[in-house]
Amino acid sequence: MKIMIVDDSSIMRRAITKYLAPLGYEVVGTASNGQDALQLYQENPADLVTLDITMPQMDGLACLQALKDLNPRVRVLVISALSDSQTGLKALKLGAQSFLPKPFTEAQLVNEIQRVAGVQK
Amino acid sequence: MTENELKFFIEVVTDYFEQVTGESAVMGIPYIKSDEPAVLSFTGLIGISGPRKGAIYFTAESGLLTTLTQEILDLADPDDDSLLDMVGELTNTIAGNVRKSFGSDFLISVPMLIKGRPTDILMRLKPPVFIVPILWRKDKAFLAVGLE
Repeated sequence: MKIMIVDDSSIMRRAITKYLAPLGYEVVGTASNGQDALQLYQENPADLVTLDITMPQMDGLACLQALKDLNPRVRVLVISALSDSQTGLKALKLGAQSFLPKPFTEAQLVNEIQRVAGVQK
Repeated sequence: MTENELKFFIEVVTDYFEQVTGESAVMGIPYIKSDEPAVLSFTGLIGISGPRKGAIYFTAESGLLTTLTQEILDLADPDDDSLLDMVGELTNTIAGNVRKSFGSDFLISVPMLIKGRPTDILMRLKPPVFIVPILWRKDKAFLAVGLE
């Protein structure tokens, strides 16, 4: 499975990459904003995208909508500190498969990624 | 801003350190600052808009941020850019998490990352500015909250 990681924090991008390494997924790219993520996705499509919301240039919710327009089947796990229920619901309505609030542990991320990837129900 | 609202921020900071490191941070007694700002070497500042206007910032020395970065990434010696990124992500998480209490119209900006000790930082916050002293392990930090 090919994974793309989108977050404006390099610490978060590196942490997610590190936590996913033992699962054997291929990280096809990382991006720090929604605009770069869309360009990267068009050049090298991923099966699953982890997507932050609060980012410069294009936020995660706008990016989610654009990703789903490009490929309705792409699986998206939104990972955000915006932990109010309305934001989570909005992400799900836009087509995200799941929402993981920050801060998260390695175990929580792995569990959620496997659920979204369909490895675990 | 009410005392009760300040508690939302304190709870979120406590939860953050507990969840990320397994070790809670100790909160000191909050006080109101109006003249000289409480600023340490690395600061993340987030502007708040919507019905509540103002800003918050989290400020710390390199020691706390280095340990935190090492906990997350196993990096032996994180550089200053990583420490700035860490303080920005921490501030973003605090501001985002309090939406559980303030609601989704508590709109937060992307973090502004500041290295050094700016003297004009309080101008970005709406008075009264509450300062919450934080002690995590041996390192101190401050959370400043200034909202209408």
